Amino acid sequence: MTTPAVEHYLSINSIEVIYDHVILVLKGVSLNVPKGKIVALLGANGAGKSTTLKAISNLLRAERGDVTKGSVEYKGQRIDQLSPNELVRRGVIQVMEGRHCFGHLTIEENLLTGAYTQPLSRGQLKEKLEKVYHYFPRLKTRRSSQAGYTSGGEQQMCAIGRALMAQPEMILLDEPSMGLAPQIVEEVFEIVRDLNSREGISFLLAEQNTMVALKYADFGYILENGRVVMEGDAGELRSNEDVKEFYLGLSSAGRKSFRDIKHYRRRKRWLS
Amino acid sequence: MEFFFEVLIGGLLSGVMYALVALGFVLIYKASGVFNFAQGAMVYLAALSVAGCMEKGAPLWLAVILAFVIMTLFGIATERFVLRKLVNQPPIALFMATIGLAFFIEGLAPLVFGSEPRALDLGIVDEPIPYFLDQWNMVISKFDLVAAGVASVLVATLALFFQTTRVGRALRAVADDHQAALSIGIPLQHIWAIVWGVAGFVALVAGLMWGARNGVQFALTFTALKALPVLILGGFTSVPGAIVGGLIIGASEKLAEIYIPPVLAGWFGGNFGGIEGWFPYILALLFLLVRPEGLFGERHIDRV
Repeated sequence: MTTPAVEHYLSINSIEVIYDHVILVLKGVSLNVPKGKIVALLGANGAGKSTTLKAISNLLRAERGDVTKGSVEYKGQRIDQLSPNELVRRGVIQVMEGRHCFGHLTIEENLLTGAYTQPLSRGQLKEKLEKVYHYFPRLKTRRSSQAGYTSGGEQQMCAIGRALMAQPEMILLDEPSMGLAPQIVEEVFEIVRDLNSREGISFLLAEQNTMVALKYADFGYILENGRVVMEGDAGELRSNEDVKEFYLGLSSAGRKSFRDIKHYRRRKRWLS
Repeated sequence: MEFFFEVLIGGLLSGVMYALVALGFVLIYKASGVFNFAQGAMVYLAALSVAGCMEKGAPLWLAVILAFVIMTLFGIATERFVLRKLVNQPPIALFMATIGLAFFIEGLAPLVFGSEPRALDLGIVDEPIPYFLDQWNMVISKFDLVAAGVASVLVATLALFFQTTRVGRALRAVADDHQAALSIGIPLQHIWAIVWGVAGFVALVAGLMWGARNGVQFALTFTALKALPVLILGGFTSVPGAIVGGLIIGASEKLAEIYIPPVLAGWFGGNFGGIEGWFPYILALLFLLVRPEGLFGERHIDRV
């Protein structure tokens, strides 16, 4: 694991998640997010990335999922029984996959709802808004448009900005790159890095875009079929031959041609 | 011409009464995306509570307060025992639940307060205002005017509440996306309890007005049906829409009742009375074809 000197904000200890009492989705996932770091949770479709995030934020129950084994701790305290409302108050907030902005509310109203859990005066609220607009200047220009009519990138920014309004210490960011143009993806990730270094917010981000995620993250976990199959520093993972082959589409022979896409040169050594 | 205006004004004022009921629907629809079939039953429950408490000797003001307490408790109980179990279920499941709720109320309320029809006296007389009668030769009911005033205040308050307050914003957020609202820490339970409480209050106001006008009886539950065309015209999600829809429905049904039958009789002969009863529904049907979201409703946002 990482050096013991690092303070773990969030630690998940071998959790198991079952949907609808029958479908076993996570089979003992453990991971740690140190304070002030960006941790990437990587893997293909259906690997269990979103489920892991929802298990932490406790949005699972609304989808008939249940954490049946293991524990989730935040700053040394168990949080697996807390409601999302209490979690947000403690500083853990999730930005859901697919953005989920309130389409009929304006961008500014969206941001304001983010501060629902915060007892703020009108002046403080304004200050916070300005701070979010500082990080997301695009949102300021669209502040009075209905969120449903803004672009995908703007909605993603709105969703992150809305989470910021709740004064989080840790953001669980689910698939921020989904459906966005590569340039916008970079823009969003740059802001994430900014928030991380300047506001000290820790991130756990689930991503399919391994390349971008490893570029910005400090640490990464690779999830496959509900299990962590690999973990390590982002740089380490980037240079790992398996990761290159299976997740980055690179092999020692350089970029793969589509012709031999079916024939991996390597075997996934973690499959027994 | 005076007659025309008399009919028009009378219609507008009765439209306000429809709007009062429609408001309750709008509130719950806005906050949970559910058509609350039980709204009519809630109007009945509220009116019956007031009448029942007065029968037991409580003065009007106390009876109204007691009824308010009953409606609030009812709202909280609905959230606790019905809605909370149905989070993230498809809207149709919630809709069915409200139908069940309607029957539950319609059964329980008379059991507690008795089912015989009774009068409700608010101390406002239903008589023509002398000024209009003398100056314009028009019959405008004092009661209707008071009802219109009450409704306007209610609508203005609710509109402000939705647009400018923290809780109002949260209500609209919940209506848009339950899960996202949950994820940013808005407690759905509180929000729903508040909404049902407010809807109960609106039902109480509607119950007082309708009860005083038509008597407190089981037929009050059918006021809900009159609110339907109002909602289709005004839009299910708009507080001002409920009021405008109510005005249009009220005015048009009264005017239609007066002016259409002679025309039809001229064409086909015979008697065409009672148009008032079905005209609003025809109007609503036509409206659905042209503008399904209503005059002020939120358009469904689709990105292409």
